[in-house]
Amino acid sequence: MSNLGAEMAAKALKLNIPISVQLDVTYRCNERCVHCYLDHDDHGEMTTAEIRSLLDQLADAGVFYLTISGGEILMRRDFFEILEHARARTFCIKLKTNGVLIREKEARRIRELGVETIQISIYSHRPEVHDAITKMPGSLRQSINAVRFLRGQGLHVTLANVLMLENAADYKGVRALAAELGVKCTLDPTVTPMMDGDRSILKLNVDQTALREVFRNQELVGNVEEFCAPPPGVDEDALDSLPCSAGHTACYVSPYGDVYPCVQFPLPTGNVRQTKFLDIWRYSPQLNEVRSITLRDMPSCSKCAHGATCTRCPGLAYLEGNMRGPSSQDCEKSYARKGIPSENYKARHVLPQSLNSVQLVQIQGLRPAMGNIPAEAAKADVVVGA
Amino acid sequence: MTSRRYVARSKAIAARKLGEEPMVMSATDSTLFTLDEVASVIWAAADGVTPLDEIVEKKICALYDVSPEVALKDAEALIENLAEHGLLLLSDEPLVEASVSQGETR
Repeated sequence: MSNLGAEMAAKALKLNIPISVQLDVTYRCNERCVHCYLDHDDHGEMTTAEIRSLLDQLADAGVFYLTISGGEILMRRDFFEILEHARARTFCIKLKTNGVLIREKEARRIRELGVETIQISIYSHRPEVHDAITKMPGSLRQSINAVRFLRGQGLHVTLANVLMLENAADYKGVRALAAELGVKCTLDPTVTPMMDGDRSILKLNVDQTALREVFRNQELVGNVEEFCAPPPGVDEDALDSLPCSAGHTACYVSPYGDVYPCVQFPLPTGNVRQTKFLDIWRYSPQLNEVRSITLRDMPSCSKCAHGATCTRCPGLAYLEGNMRGPSSQDCEKSYARKGIPSENYKARHVLPQSLNSVQLVQIQGLRPAMGNIPAEAAKADVVVGA
Repeated sequence: MTSRRYVARSKAIAARKLGEEPMVMSATDSTLFTLDEVASVIWAAADGVTPLDEIVEKKICALYDVSPEVALKDAEALIENLAEHGLLLLSDEPLVEASVSQGETR
């Protein structure tokens, strides 16, 4: 963010203005990405009129940055009507799409409407990898065509890549593809749980080795020495710091009108079908609770060496069961980045280096006299002590 | 006599008032601007049909202790700068269709 952008964000925080909102207009999608956190069935999306009214409310509340996302945004037949209304209310608009339905005509319309950036999901430069992730044959070719149509209109495009087991080897190829297309590229190393709390897709996350490689790539992180330097510990300023913009200057609205602090933080705070957006923003007890939490209020993280530098996501912590608790996925990242495990990380893993010092206990021929040991454990050859 | 100039807010911008301060982003180069008090007055009045000299006389000179000649000269420099960044459109003719909402909150 530019200095002026940061200044504006600080002013928005002071004035309690939601300067940035993500609005998902649909969860329906023409792709079925293996790592997607959404339920793609339509459970009663907002109508065009409801979305127009919401956009008016968002503008009146002071929202400047509006991200329109999904699902696939172009699955809505009224998408351009929504976009036109949003631009008439002078939002700075970012679109998130897979691009499959964008051809020259759509690209021209997007340019005419003055969209600031279009983010297109690309998971690999190889069709066999990308298309296997999206489960849609031909999707890489179509998404790349969309990038070309949009670039042909002079629009700013960013390729968004999510790092997972299936494509861990391909992020350099995606960056090369972005350079060839003349667009930016981002890499997110985190697969997040589904919005309903299902954590099964977390098995797609890459391991420590892949994370370490990413965090030591100068092209991605800048100054590696600085980025991976040991954490400085937690001081008083850090204890008073806020976790992120979710609920403070930013929030999320679902296709059904539910307002959450963030798309990754599905804490119900109200619904715009029942309550005016600004009333939810100002008076929701849940949002005000989120706003009240500083690092000092987090029993575990406030004592963690990584406290000041961790990318802890309060939404992921919430999905783990406690929005004041640690986010284990961020503990993973802090370890990969700094080489020092957090207490939470240690509690969840047996670290390779600790194996040298731990006493291995050979258990042979457990006798009934040893007590109520489950049959499976009784058969084990080795138990590694904690 | 020089021709009158008309100013209109470009359609290719994003704008919002943050408190009392307008913030404006040019879609052409994604540069973010905030406008000071005088620029805010001109921005708000840039409807494409009110000539600049009239904006200066009725809006600026009414608020500030400045002569119309000096204020107009400063305003000319300001609108040229904003036009360079694609925020304002300038013309010697009225720009009826050009101007968008100034990004006000109601």
